[in-house]
Amino acid sequence: MFEQFVFYFFATVLVVAGALVITVRNPVHAALCLVLAFFTSAAIWLLLEAEFLAIALVLVYVGAVMVLFLFVVMMLDINLVPLREGFIRYLPVGIGIAAVVLVELVIVLGGDRLGVLPVPEPHPAGYSNTRELGEVLYTVYVYPFEIAAVILLVAIVAAIALTLRRREGRRGQRPEEQVRVRRADRVRLVSMPAVRREPLAGGGAARGSSDGSAPESGE
Amino acid sequence: MPEFIIGAVAWLPHGLQVTILTVLKILAIMIPLVLSVAYFTLAERKVIGYIQVRIGPNRVGPRGLFQPFADVIKLILKEVILPAGANRGLFLMAPVLALVTALCAWAVVPFDQHLVLADVNAGLLYVLAMTSLGVYGVIIAGWASNSKYALLGAMRSAAQIVAYEIAMGFALVGVLVAAGSLNLREIVLAQEGSALHWFWLPLWPLFLVYWISGVAETNRAPFDVAEGESEIVAGFHVEYSGITFALFFLAEYANMILIAVLAAVMFLGGWLSPFEGVLDLERLAGWSPVAAALLGPGIHWFVFKTALFCFLFLWMRATFPRYRYDQIMRLGWKVFIPVTIVWIVVVGLGVVFAVPPWFD
Repeated sequence: MFEQFVFYFFATVLVVAGALVITVRNPVHAALCLVLAFFTSAAIWLLLEAEFLAIALVLVYVGAVMVLFLFVVMMLDINLVPLREGFIRYLPVGIGIAAVVLVELVIVLGGDRLGVLPVPEPHPAGYSNTRELGEVLYTVYVYPFEIAAVILLVAIVAAIALTLRRREGRRGQRPEEQVRVRRADRVRLVSMPAVRREPLAGGGAARGSSDGSAPESGE
Repeated sequence: MPEFIIGAVAWLPHGLQVTILTVLKILAIMIPLVLSVAYFTLAERKVIGYIQVRIGPNRVGPRGLFQPFADVIKLILKEVILPAGANRGLFLMAPVLALVTALCAWAVVPFDQHLVLADVNAGLLYVLAMTSLGVYGVIIAGWASNSKYALLGAMRSAAQIVAYEIAMGFALVGVLVAAGSLNLREIVLAQEGSALHWFWLPLWPLFLVYWISGVAETNRAPFDVAEGESEIVAGFHVEYSGITFALFFLAEYANMILIAVLAAVMFLGGWLSPFEGVLDLERLAGWSPVAAALLGPGIHWFVFKTALFCFLFLWMRATFPRYRYDQIMRLGWKVFIPVTIVWIVVVGLGVVFAVPPWFD
């Protein structure tokens, strides 16, 4: 009873947030609604006792991916009015694409496969979803898991390779040289002979300053 | 939970009982935490004062002990100013978001062997997820303020937190490999033995990386470029005043204490006593129960270790000059991440070959 209430609460928030992502005008608000959608779906996963997936979703998507997303969106200088100009003109195209996606979804999930799944049996206390997932992932599915990891690595390397280019005349700092600098490279302390300035004829006698306090040489 | 409280609510329906007891437990964590935050701010001013050969606040109450309350009352009474071009809703939501995420992570902290609000199996992951959410408060505050300085601070903070979160996550992976569990209570229990069994020794590089990343994640000196008062005024919270500013303040200090607590739990054996394995506590208990209780494991050791790390925060702030921004990025990406990856391999080998005394 209570769980159902929690589920419907989060489900409602999720659907509303998902709808807001594509309807609000401001792109920053849209990104924040997406964050809310991720977070509520993580809460629904928690109801299914899939704690690892839920926390990983929050950690990876909400905590890292969406931060970078927001980072970029906030930097955009968007005039909000022209964004809406073509809305009516492109509406038929949008509806057409939505219809195609819907038909595809029905074909894939439709018929008997779109039945209501039975509610999974609640696990006994002490059941650790994280441990179960880890055991399966690193034994039965170890090769797909590793292959997925390598594909991600390839994507990272490709992204760097596409953007990294040597430019002529580029001036940058070399931290390793900066770190290696010693005091002797920058500062030279010299030993000066002690000089006593002759007191002036006026009243400035008390201000004789450089009276032999020359620093010792550091070399 | 004492018997008399359970007895007092026994006549209520079960669901309500659980709710009331949970709320009481949450309060039992929150109230000491908020008081700690209040006195942490006083300790900061006093400690930094003494380090800089000043006295620090000493006017309100005996030896300035009521200073935090004076500060709180002042901040509450001040007007909350909404900047003209600010995004109203988000501007007011940002400090709340910062505070809530800072407090959420406290749910899984084990204060003692039995004293933990939520004994979650994936506790370490939960903590990491919650601390990574804290950046939203900063980013949203920076953007919603509609101010150049605030946006700059938010951008710096976002880049910095994303960079150091990876190093911190890897350091926690090392802890998880060494302890064989994500549950914070079991991580402490895995360090039982003596002070040399605690993870600070086998995971020394990860300990350093974790601590420095923790300082960077909380935007504290010497990594406080997100605030950088000499460059960008006050960074992301430059437009905040009154109670909204106080919430950011509270969140920052709650986060600092959390980082200190986690360092104590993961690397210094949480509530375990350093005299374990040195003194024969059983014989001492027969001789003097009070001394045995003090020298044995208990929440007082947990508090003491946390206080040590809290002091370290202040000490670092008073001692080090602010890092340059590119140096912060370099340290996070090019130094810490390789160090943690190498040491995870070392820890993995140690676990595989069951190296005594830590991994057998």
